[in-house]
Amino acid sequence: MSDSTCQACRPSSIGKKVVMAITGLVLAGFVLGHMSGNLLMFKGPAAIDAYAAWLHANPALVWTARLVLLVSTAAHIWAGVTLTLENRAARDGGPSVEATRRASLGSRTMPYTGLVLLAFIVFHLLHYTFQAAALGGRKFDSVYAMVVAGFTSVPVSAFYIVSMLLLCLHLGHGFSSLFQTLGLRNERWRNRLDRLALAYAWIVALGFVSIPLAVLTGCLK
Amino acid sequence: MAADTPERTLRLKLRVWRQRAGRPGAFEEHELPAVPVSASFLEMMDMLNEQLVRQGREAFAFDHDCREGICGMCSMTINGMPHGPIPGVTTCQLHMRNFRDGETITVEPWRARAFPVLKDLVVDRSGFDRVIQAGGFITVRTGSAPEANNTPVPKAVSDEAMDAAECIGCGACVASCKNGSAMLFVGAKVTHLSILPQGQPERERRALAMVKAMDEAGFGNCTNYGECQAHCPKSITLDVIARLNREYVRARVKEFFSTTGKPRKGGD
Amino acid sequence: MNLDAKTPAGPLADKWANHKAKLRLVNPANRRKYHVIVVGSGLAGGAAAATLGELGYQVSCFCYQDSPRRAHSIAAQGGINAAKNYQNDGDSARRLFLDTIKGGDYRAREANVYRLAQLSTSIIDQCVAQGVPFAREYGGLLANRSFGGAQVSRTFYARGQTGQQLLLGAYSALSRQIGLGAVKMHPRHEMLDVVLVGGHAKGVITRDLVTGEVKAHSADAVVLCTGGYGNVFYLSTNAQGCNVTATWRAHRRGAGFANPCYTQIHPTCIPVHGEDQAKLTLMSESLRNDGRVWVPKDAADCGRAPADIPEDRRDYFLERKYPSYGNLAPRDIASRAAKEACDEGRGVGPAVDGKRLGVYLDFSASIARLGEGVIRERYGNLFDMYENITGENAYRQPMRIFPAVHYTMGGLWVDYNLQSTIPGLFVGGEANFSDHGANRLGASALMQGLADGYFVLPTTVADYLAGVGLSGRPSVDAPEFRAALKDVNDRVARLLAVNGTRTARSYHKELGRIVWDRCGMARDRAGLERAIADIRALREDFWRNVRVTGGADGLAPELERAGRVADFLEFGELMCRDALEREESCGGHFRTEHQDDGEARRDDGRYAHVAVWEWQGEGAVQRRHEEPLRYEEVQFSTRSYK
Repeated sequence: MSDSTCQACRPSSIGKKVVMAITGLVLAGFVLGHMSGNLLMFKGPAAIDAYAAWLHANPALVWTARLVLLVSTAAHIWAGVTLTLENRAARDGGPSVEATRRASLGSRTMPYTGLVLLAFIVFHLLHYTFQAAALGGRKFDSVYAMVVAGFTSVPVSAFYIVSMLLLCLHLGHGFSSLFQTLGLRNERWRNRLDRLALAYAWIVALGFVSIPLAVLTGCLK
Repeated sequence: MAADTPERTLRLKLRVWRQRAGRPGAFEEHELPAVPVSASFLEMMDMLNEQLVRQGREAFAFDHDCREGICGMCSMTINGMPHGPIPGVTTCQLHMRNFRDGETITVEPWRARAFPVLKDLVVDRSGFDRVIQAGGFITVRTGSAPEANNTPVPKAVSDEAMDAAECIGCGACVASCKNGSAMLFVGAKVTHLSILPQGQPERERRALAMVKAMDEAGFGNCTNYGECQAHCPKSITLDVIARLNREYVRARVKEFFSTTGKPRKGGD
Repeated sequence: MNLDAKTPAGPLADKWANHKAKLRLVNPANRRKYHVIVVGSGLAGGAAAATLGELGYQVSCFCYQDSPRRAHSIAAQGGINAAKNYQNDGDSARRLFLDTIKGGDYRAREANVYRLAQLSTSIIDQCVAQGVPFAREYGGLLANRSFGGAQVSRTFYARGQTGQQLLLGAYSALSRQIGLGAVKMHPRHEMLDVVLVGGHAKGVITRDLVTGEVKAHSADAVVLCTGGYGNVFYLSTNAQGCNVTATWRAHRRGAGFANPCYTQIHPTCIPVHGEDQAKLTLMSESLRNDGRVWVPKDAADCGRAPADIPEDRRDYFLERKYPSYGNLAPRDIASRAAKEACDEGRGVGPAVDGKRLGVYLDFSASIARLGEGVIRERYGNLFDMYENITGENAYRQPMRIFPAVHYTMGGLWVDYNLQSTIPGLFVGGEANFSDHGANRLGASALMQGLADGYFVLPTTVADYLAGVGLSGRPSVDAPEFRAALKDVNDRVARLLAVNGTRTARSYHKELGRIVWDRCGMARDRAGLERAIADIRALREDFWRNVRVTGGADGLAPELERAGRVADFLEFGELMCRDALEREESCGGHFRTEHQDDGEARRDDGRYAHVAVWEWQGEGAVQRRHEEPLRYEEVQFSTRSYK
């Protein structure tokens, strides 16, 4: 058996999967929380702005969360890229006729939905967190006003909506899969967890999508 | 079936993979004019080979042995599906009544980096053996075994072990996996041995050693597609992969907290 | 030919213990200096290689499959006998011994069989410790069933895959030794010759089936566990690769071949479906526990659907002829009864070559009594397999079954130490002739393979090695090795050079038809004499007209097949000759001239012996020797299952 330092720098296949699962769980939890916060938009400017103010008043909390998210995202990307490259090599091209019996669309598109989500995260941070000027960013005092102004742009809203639907696909596989990877799934629970993951993915995605939709349709202004 | 009418036959076009080790391969096209529907897929391949030899041409090399679905030797990807279109059977147990007259059938080897082609449809599956050699056993010296009934095993546990032990080691899980992963095979063996009382002393060592050997053999990583279960001729379920994951994590955690930093070794 | 069985003295029950106590031992520090070659990796070979490796010898193990886990032991379905008496139904080693001797129709060696019965219990302990998931009762203890003509429940089983689970147990033990470096495994290798130096077996010649390389390997002893010769019949339940080459090559080098005419025809196989069939599929004999065998009383009913044939027009012929054993009558008897029914024109199922060759195995009574769930639990996988092959659902209509060649009791002659007539050449499992006499009882093959592999061979091979000492192993450059290499290479070249018009498979098929028709379930003098002439003619034609394509470099499936068929063409003749010379009926050997109204008539006065054939050179007829069978404890009696 090789010594443990070597094992740590070259984690096993299951080790990488566990990293994927745990960071995935963190990120999945985060998107639900983020989405719930966003829904305050529907309670009016006062509610969401108060929530934003409360966050700004707790920098320790915010920065801890940001650090955890940053590390999780980085690890998630690292594991995802490594696994995908290794898996491509291991498949060696595959058969000339590709037949799929059971693998879901979500499972087969994880690397692609993941990449789009990465692009989305970058855009999203520039757009709202850093309010980059290059994206037509102006400084807003009110989060509510910033969101409404941002989603008034049809291309921006469309990108958000498409990205959130891909997040749905990503979560629909990932959220159930992480239980399998952590060894917490069996035949009896498989269908239940799959349904739970689907529900979770749709709740998150629809919650997110509802805001640009509401802005575009004039429900939020 | 009416007893005395002649049997229905099929005219088939076959695209069969031809390759010599280490060189690129290609499909060859052949035709068989009259394949009886009661023939097995491998009997159809025999007919093709007989036809080729009579023409003075080289027969296709393909792995096969028991032809009753238990030895795990046969290995063909048929129309993109390891062991062909019928779930729960091996190629040797696949019968031609499942194909249509005039159909074109594509036959190629298992495709995975860990299973290099030796010739035509024959691949090298010794990676599986190396995984078993690393830890797929219970150490028991011949003659040292205690009286068999000294250790009762609950029927449910024994049945679950048997479900996993039914694996025939054919490699269809690897061939069907879009990642070329062997987790179903390794999971089946780890499950079989780790739930029996006899397998407890080597439980952690086994999980760690087998996963290490699996990774070294060049198999891909599981991303929970589930294709392996859908193509397994013995219908082994993803449960064994969940259990393998659990066993591995458990062993790593135990190893982390053990005083020596290494799992306690059993046997040699 | 020296046919001293070396049966130890003393009371039967103490022979093995006494013998073991006298066998020479090898010092643990010296064991690694000895090299043992084991050919075959099934139950006998796998277990022997694993155990010898574990004891400290250098072991090289060869198999033709891509992994030792695929040996054909894996296909045994029903179970393994052991005299544990867990069921408290009066079983004992002695009773298992008596059943085996009687089942073998008094043509097995007493001492060997008694040892087998004694070792049976250790096998179960060993396998359970290895993690073999035998069936269990709710209390957690091992379950048993009654099997194949036994009146006690002594059969241990793992669903319908007992052979698989036992082989995987042996394979795991072997794999451990391979991983530790104690055993060097050579998969995809075929043994093509045994090499004798100074009259002792000191190595083998193999062909690497992947690279095509023909190579010599030297050793201090050679163990053959290469299975039976059932594929001489072309259609059998054996795996496609099973062949007689290893034992036949050993025979040609001087190993006596014993009782080749003893072949077992298994009653419950799926009937032949057509001309291009390459394989017969066995349905476990355990099915006969709950299925009733019948054919229509009247041949006119044979074309009707079974459900349309009323109860009073059915002939449950096994229950009628053998009331006390009924559907559980031993294999040879059940097979012959099915053949007779079909010969009378009362067979069922589609006609192949104008004959209906099948009888019904009907589960409707059991399903009505126990419910479909219980039957599914017991035989679900077998019913699925049947439906997959035939397209028929056996829960709704009776299965159709017909006998097929399944096991061969004959094999290389061995003494009590499992040593052949060539010193240093040991033979285990189905490849030897030793324990089943003229007929093997159900669930005994796994027992014999593992007894030989785990317990007998490691002990007796050690005795031989201690006897020859450390100076024995020759170099592979010795003239004997070079000569054997040349023989093998010449033969390969000869096969390729014929370049005729017929495929090797077509010869194999024709040979199979000859021996099945004339040396199958019923044999007679005229038929056997004709079979011998036909086989000789076929063999000559083979060497003039066979076509082997694909050359000899690398994987060459046609060359492999041709070499094996060539050996079967020689062996088939010997099998028929042995059947011709044995002027009696016993077990699997039924001579129509020797019967009492359909029941086999043994001739203990003239034939209570093992017939051992000695090779006399190319083209010459082998010489027949006899090893008399002396029964100290058992009284001859007519086997009656009525």
